[in-house]
Amino acid sequence: MAVLDLKQKLSILADAAKYDASCASSGAGKRDSTGGKGVGSTEGMGICHAYTPDGRCVSLLKILLTNYCIYDCAYCVNRVSSNTPRARFKVQEVVDLTLGFYKRNYIEGLFLSSGIIRNSDYTMEAMVAVARSLRADHDFRGYIHLKLIPEASVELTNQAALYADRVSINVELPREESLAAFAPEKDAGVIRKAMGAVRLGIEAGKEPARKTRPPKYAPAGQSTQMIIGADGASDGEILARSNTLYGNYGLRRVYYSAFSPIPDVAKSLPAQRPPLMREHRLYQADWLMRFYGFEMDEIVAPGEDLDLAIDPKLAWALRHRADFPVDVNTAARETLLRVPGLGTRSVDRMIAARRLTRLNLADVKRLARNIEKLKPFVVASDWSPGALAERADLRDRFAPPPQQLSLF
Amino acid sequence: MRVVRLGSETDFEGWRAAARALRAEAATPADVLWTVDGGQASLFPAETPQAPAGGEAGFKVSRAFVDLAGRVALHRSPERFDLLYRLLWRLEGTPRLLEIASDPDVSLALDMHSQVNRAAHKMKAFVRFRQVEAQDGADAFVAWFEPAHRVTEATAPFFTRRFANMAFSILTPDVCAHWDTRALSFTPGADPADAPAGDDLEAYWRTYFASTFNPARLRTGAMVREMPKRYWRNLPEASLIPEMTRAAGDRTTAMVEKAPTEPARRIVRAARTDMPTTPGDAPPSSLQAVAAGVDACRRCHLWRDATQGVAGEGPAGARLMIVGEQPGDQEDLAGRPFVGPAGQVFDRALAAAGVPRNETYVTNAVKHFKHQLRGKRRLHKTPETPEIEACRWWLDAERRLVRPRVIVAMGATAARAVLGKAAPIGKLRGQALQLEDQAQGVVTWHPSYLLRVPDAEAKARAEAEFIEDLRLAWSLTDRAA
Repeated sequence: MAVLDLKQKLSILADAAKYDASCASSGAGKRDSTGGKGVGSTEGMGICHAYTPDGRCVSLLKILLTNYCIYDCAYCVNRVSSNTPRARFKVQEVVDLTLGFYKRNYIEGLFLSSGIIRNSDYTMEAMVAVARSLRADHDFRGYIHLKLIPEASVELTNQAALYADRVSINVELPREESLAAFAPEKDAGVIRKAMGAVRLGIEAGKEPARKTRPPKYAPAGQSTQMIIGADGASDGEILARSNTLYGNYGLRRVYYSAFSPIPDVAKSLPAQRPPLMREHRLYQADWLMRFYGFEMDEIVAPGEDLDLAIDPKLAWALRHRADFPVDVNTAARETLLRVPGLGTRSVDRMIAARRLTRLNLADVKRLARNIEKLKPFVVASDWSPGALAERADLRDRFAPPPQQLSLF
Repeated sequence: MRVVRLGSETDFEGWRAAARALRAEAATPADVLWTVDGGQASLFPAETPQAPAGGEAGFKVSRAFVDLAGRVALHRSPERFDLLYRLLWRLEGTPRLLEIASDPDVSLALDMHSQVNRAAHKMKAFVRFRQVEAQDGADAFVAWFEPAHRVTEATAPFFTRRFANMAFSILTPDVCAHWDTRALSFTPGADPADAPAGDDLEAYWRTYFASTFNPARLRTGAMVREMPKRYWRNLPEASLIPEMTRAAGDRTTAMVEKAPTEPARRIVRAARTDMPTTPGDAPPSSLQAVAAGVDACRRCHLWRDATQGVAGEGPAGARLMIVGEQPGDQEDLAGRPFVGPAGQVFDRALAAAGVPRNETYVTNAVKHFKHQLRGKRRLHKTPETPEIEACRWWLDAERRLVRPRVIVAMGATAARAVLGKAAPIGKLRGQALQLEDQAQGVVTWHPSYLLRVPDAEAKARAEAEFIEDLRLAWSLTDRAA
């Protein structure tokens, strides 16, 4: 077999890593390279250094250490039975690429994952070696996200979490039963325990009552990813699962990744275009639950799916016409947050402004931008929706014609 | 008409001084024309208004306005200084004007503010350094960048924090920033030709950019929204975008339509022989089997939202078994009984009663954590009879395998599980009860009950009783011998 040069390896191992949706570089707190020997800083907010034509942010050098893998997960391009080309980085190569890219301001840091080679500990150890070299040898103070291998030893997991800003373990599929079918070597129970152990580690790292500051344990927390549309799980099931995951493991994010066709697809999964709109609606619903005070059962029933044509907040409002219109000059914050077209920032500005003035429709427009969406749902000093709020075809005014539904 | 000529496009301090003086002279916004030195010639003679002698003009504005104005001044809109003076003028009559985000002037200023912030953020994102050899042989990096607004000076410190130990220059048409690892300095604007033409690593970056793209998810609108085309000409990766976009459709169709291939023989893996089997109904024959069985248990639905089943812990021949209700939040994560807040109460009581925990077998009536999600917290929920009954399979197995002389049941759930029927704790506690399997039983309060008793006196009494009951149980282990 021909020897691969570094550029070929990079091509293979970036391609192999791209199905992981996360590229976040936020939440690590403030630090910089002042007084150090190397480069790097994080200032809380993540930075997207580029966008590819899929609209996704490129923040981190997201690569696999190797895409050789002894597992046979049907949905994965790197499964052992796939005919995809294989490559493996040396530790030094990943370190050099990360630093080289970082110094040119291409990236915020590294997101390293790996196929499982030999066994879990062997693989995890190689990943930890990369992070250790960056931190210890090069005093790298940029962002590091490490994928944890759930079966790896506690010692290796702890080391990974001390070098990394964020760690993640993917639950992969919304239904645990599907994991057994599509990823026979993965064990949902082991994944849950590993996420539980990380939460305990993060909480212990935050204990305030210690004399010496404990070393930071994954300061940007942990996240996970579910593939959407590979098993038959409904949106209701998916959101219930993420609710449980947020509650159990204090996750920063649950990523929903529309199952995407991969080169050399497994026979057990249908090749299909990724359900991007469904993914988008799930993120909106997730946001409503985390930042807008919605309970899950207000958004979708367990066995049901979200409306693809309109966003879940608008769908909720259309089901609760009796609660509208609300008066922007008097309504409580939590009521305003439920108005379609109003975000948290607009609502907060609205509340501050109305202490000093009465808001008319032009004011609302300057605060909220999307006035057409709002109009049927609000009352302002010079505006009442009147019959508009009652119209039976209100949904059709917002829903795009069916042929535009696909994002393609 | 008063004409003010500022020192430069970003001369905010000059604006501030002039505005303060004009304000003191009661010059209305309509009467003031703001220009910048070197800008277009004006019909009116310019002046530099002087602040009245004696310092402040007796007019103060909030820090929030100064911060906002400082950022808005970096906007490329020629109206910016005029808008700021108008706001300053109106602040006297309406001191809380800035809180009215719906006001047309405030709204415009907030928009300009966020556009400037966005330009600063995009500068942090889209500056691309190229490596050059510095005069002393050390590495240095130079970038050519065209910011949407005049944010170079304000954003340069970000780069010095990030690249504190790396000499760099950022050249822009407005102004150039230079960092020699010790001090930040600025020189006048430059020309693209002043920047290096390339860098060897760009080919790798372009390879990465092309490879991390998923053609099945083409959404160019989202890309352009976040990476506007005005930045493309200085991004080495951007020239790949048209071809990546064009080829995406065909690549996706090929993936969707291509039939699955047979796995290559060289990577056919060894047959898996160690598939975990669902535990059957055969009673477990060891405590290890109990632990494995509990973790895989599906006898009730509680496993679904829990992390793991938590079996008992302690030596197989322990003379004393202590049964609690169910694992809590911390126990569920750690996989061990009584390690959370109730566990600490429990450990203190054991110590006070002189009972060594490592000589007792500590377990729960129900092995999975029953809870309810409230916001981000998992709140304990009391298990119901069917769950207690389903889980007795495991408690009975533990009793059979450990063969304790005495069993302490803490709380109503444990009492039901151990005695097989509901038992009033207040009435039955403090005495030895005969159990069916020849062991003796003691029922007592649950440690988490002790955490919840609101009244201090009642709490102290319950704690004393709890310790007393543990001491009784421990003494019974000797007597029963």
